[in-house]
Amino acid sequence: MGKLIAIIVIVLGVVALAQLVRVYELSSKLRNKGENEVDSKDNRLNGRLMLGFMAFFYIGFIYLMLNYGWTGRGVAATVHGRELDWLLDINFVIITIVFFLTNTLLFVFTYKYTRKPGVPAFYYPHNNKLEMLWTVVPASVLAVIIILGLKTWNNVTDKANSEAKVIELFSKQFDWTARYSGEDNKLGHFDYKLTTANNELALLTSNTIDSAIFEMEDGLSGIKALEAKLNDKKIMLVPEDREKMVVDLDRKERLIRLLYQMKARHNKSVDAAAWDDIIQKDTLYLCENQEYELNFRAKDVIHSAHFPHFRVQMNTVPGMTTRFKFTPDITTEKMRELKQNDKFNYVLLCNKICGGAHYKMKMIVVVLPKNEYNAWMNSKMATSTFKHKYFPVAAPVAAPVTPVTDSTAVPAV
Amino acid sequence: MSAAAHVAHGSHDSHGHHDAHGHHEESFISKYIFSQDHKMIGKQFLLTAVFMGIVAMLLSILFRIQLAWPGESSDFLSFFLGETWAPGGILKEDMYLGLVTIHGTIMVFFLLTGGLSGTFSNLLIPLQIGARDMASGFLNMLSYWFFFISSIIMLVSMFVESGPAMAGWTIYPPLSVLPQAVSGSGLGMTLWLVSMTLFVVSSLMGSLNYIVTVLNLRTKGMSMTRMPLTIWAFFVTAILGVLSFPVLFSAVLLLMMDRLMGTSFYLSDIIVGGEMLANHGGSPILYQHLFWFLGHPEVYIVLLPALGLSSEIISTNSRKPIFGYRAMIGSILAIGFLSFIVWGHHMFVTGMNPFLGSVFVFTTLLIAIPSAVKVFNYLTTLWKGSIVLTPGMMFAVGLVSTFITGGVTGIILADSALDINVHDTYFVVAHFHIVMGMSAVFGMFAGVYHWFPKMYGRMMNLRLGYAHFWITIVGAYGVFFPMHFVGLAGAPRRYYDYSVYGEFDSPTGDMMLDLNVIITIFAIIAAIGQGLFLFNFFYSIFRGPKAVQNPWKGNSLEWTTPVEHVHGNWPGELPTVHRWPYDYSKPGASEDYIPQTVPLAEGEEEH
Repeated sequence: MGKLIAIIVIVLGVVALAQLVRVYELSSKLRNKGENEVDSKDNRLNGRLMLGFMAFFYIGFIYLMLNYGWTGRGVAATVHGRELDWLLDINFVIITIVFFLTNTLLFVFTYKYTRKPGVPAFYYPHNNKLEMLWTVVPASVLAVIIILGLKTWNNVTDKANSEAKVIELFSKQFDWTARYSGEDNKLGHFDYKLTTANNELALLTSNTIDSAIFEMEDGLSGIKALEAKLNDKKIMLVPEDREKMVVDLDRKERLIRLLYQMKARHNKSVDAAAWDDIIQKDTLYLCENQEYELNFRAKDVIHSAHFPHFRVQMNTVPGMTTRFKFTPDITTEKMRELKQNDKFNYVLLCNKICGGAHYKMKMIVVVLPKNEYNAWMNSKMATSTFKHKYFPVAAPVAAPVTPVTDSTAVPAV
Repeated sequence: MSAAAHVAHGSHDSHGHHDAHGHHEESFISKYIFSQDHKMIGKQFLLTAVFMGIVAMLLSILFRIQLAWPGESSDFLSFFLGETWAPGGILKEDMYLGLVTIHGTIMVFFLLTGGLSGTFSNLLIPLQIGARDMASGFLNMLSYWFFFISSIIMLVSMFVESGPAMAGWTIYPPLSVLPQAVSGSGLGMTLWLVSMTLFVVSSLMGSLNYIVTVLNLRTKGMSMTRMPLTIWAFFVTAILGVLSFPVLFSAVLLLMMDRLMGTSFYLSDIIVGGEMLANHGGSPILYQHLFWFLGHPEVYIVLLPALGLSSEIISTNSRKPIFGYRAMIGSILAIGFLSFIVWGHHMFVTGMNPFLGSVFVFTTLLIAIPSAVKVFNYLTTLWKGSIVLTPGMMFAVGLVSTFITGGVTGIILADSALDINVHDTYFVVAHFHIVMGMSAVFGMFAGVYHWFPKMYGRMMNLRLGYAHFWITIVGAYGVFFPMHFVGLAGAPRRYYDYSVYGEFDSPTGDMMLDLNVIITIFAIIAAIGQGLFLFNFFYSIFRGPKAVQNPWKGNSLEWTTPVEHVHGNWPGELPTVHRWPYDYSKPGASEDYIPQTVPLAEGEEEH
């Protein structure tokens, strides 16, 4: 019923508008005026409205700038972030001047030079000096902008110092996982083919290769199970399902060959780098005044690691590793005081469209003072390294480099 | 005055053999549907694009409602999307992405490329250079029909069960390749790709035609430096299209092969939906390079025609020559050239080599120079003019304003260091909607108001035009201006619901929601305002007052053709051109305009 009424109202509105236009046309005919000639009344009115609009526009801009200009950003919580903000301020000053100057000229000219009877336009086709002026002035301002910008860009994208701690951020639909590089500050190697239920980040060790091979061959939907199903004459399969299984089997057979190659080439000395890594979900803890080099990975589609308060952003791309370095130097506690909001937290957001729940993909980030961070880190290193998690009962005495020869010996989750 | 050189010789449309060139009687089909006449094809492009524009605008209102009042039930949503996509009147997450994607695609390609360049290149190129028609009328007709089919397929893609494409209008792989990642990457994406392929075909046929026509069919005396700036803009636009659209096609082709044939151009090391893919060695970044190699020139394919139209309109209605004609041509050429070497500024944070990023910063900021020249030339054209504020003129002035306002924020985004923090936020959305969306739409409206008498032989209603302009500029700025501040606060684009901010920074979240409500209200006002335009447009086609031959007292050749359309444009001989098209208010002339067909008076200097 509501919809019907809405439609009736719209139809009546259109009819009313048509009648109004008709009346207007007839009345202007009566006044002996071509209804499409713009007379000086129209000109003056619209010229004034141009000025009025300019005022509205500027007031809106100033209001928004004062009210919201820096909401949500606050002071940058990283060293390079404040450098970026300084640069942004300079650029903002420049573009705001240009914005006001040119828009004002535009609206004022439009108002001021509306046609006045008897005043002809000034024939002024070109002036080389003027044109030179507004080529050279913007060019020199841009030169300054470019030089400042590139200087900062080079600093920000430069290699991290050797003391920088390395952390990996692993992205998938729709969450983040962090991997601290552990005591040796070296991230363990990885290969996506090693992904299993108890090795979500696909870290590369002799054991994980074996268990990946085991899963691929003997797992629930492993090669053997698939072959058995396909060859079992007692099972009736829908043709589409059968085709799907054949494709699946084909893919798994290609992958298993690659896994065996990996196993043959594997150098056990790299295992150690993986075993001491610490995998951390939910919250990313960082240490105040510590430089970090973040390495980014993606499991499925492109995501983007966006830390708005750190002024950090980098895409995470399947099949390649991207990097970004930064030094957080304001703890969460201090930032809460600065913002006068004791519930505030730093955050890592996903900023590249990645599927339906894209907007929910985030991770809380906490910057701790050095002593608190160290306490947290030490407890993690003592109990929650990859090795601890991988061998949940008790870590074997012979530890990381001992190869597990029999793949069946790998404990299930 | 030779402007009136044509002879009215009983050219009534309804009779066969009506014009001087012995054309055969036209049936309804050959005149209105499979027409090869450039004027009719221009109108076909316009009507199709207007329809697509309405659809895309409606889509934007649907998702704006979700953004302003997240999670609240809306009758409007359930009316248009039904229980499948808006159960209980609440938009589904997947459909939100679908709406955003199709809104962007239609606006960029179907409204602003097909609608702007398609309509006005077709209408104005032959009329302003003094040609009887396009170089190939048949190719021109095909160009429209490919555009039409492409539009239909894009519309159909919204109605498939798994939903339309949902990977954003840039359809970055792997998201656009993997139906396991998002449902729209199934049939919806396939249709998107087919539609865009046909669109590229249409665009190429059109563009080649425009280039050949401009180069070969100019009438006697119409040297390149006597062409109106509109033609220069269309000409360079067509060249950009010919050089860049095939690259989009190659990107699309590789994407299709990844989707359908198991190749790995864009895929490597992926596990999705629990399935480990065997694809290895491809790079999603490759797609982005290919896409933006089109994508950036595309911005200027959209903008240049609008700038061309506004140059003509501002000059005519200021009753002054356009200031710095040659500098304007130089700027168009410079923008066109530079637009090919800046695509990387869309990719500063993709992990592309930072040094490469620096190069793109440099080239991108260079574009600001010709753009600044254009703006200052517009301002100087207005200075000491005798301005007639027709609705067309007002939209052209509005375009200059949006071009400035959106252009200056481009300086922030082009600076790779600053881009780090505003990349993919609402700041970008604000920037390109103002500089490209609003400018191009304003250019299009300006063009429609200005050349409506040429298209339909009637005038549009003045008052409705004024009302439309004021609602549109206030509404559109009201939508896009606050977005800058949402973006500066860090809000990522393409988020379904900003109340997630409540979990870590609720004051910022509140601010975003507040501004989103304001934005949506302005969007609804602006959308309703377009109703005035639609009414005015269709009403005037049928019942508008008859137009005179040269209603705006313009100089260019299209105003020397008769009001009633004839095949071949000029009933008698083609006009001869003696001067540039901007002799407005020339000292010593009896009137404030001198059409291009008037020979130079004795002792008169060409500009």
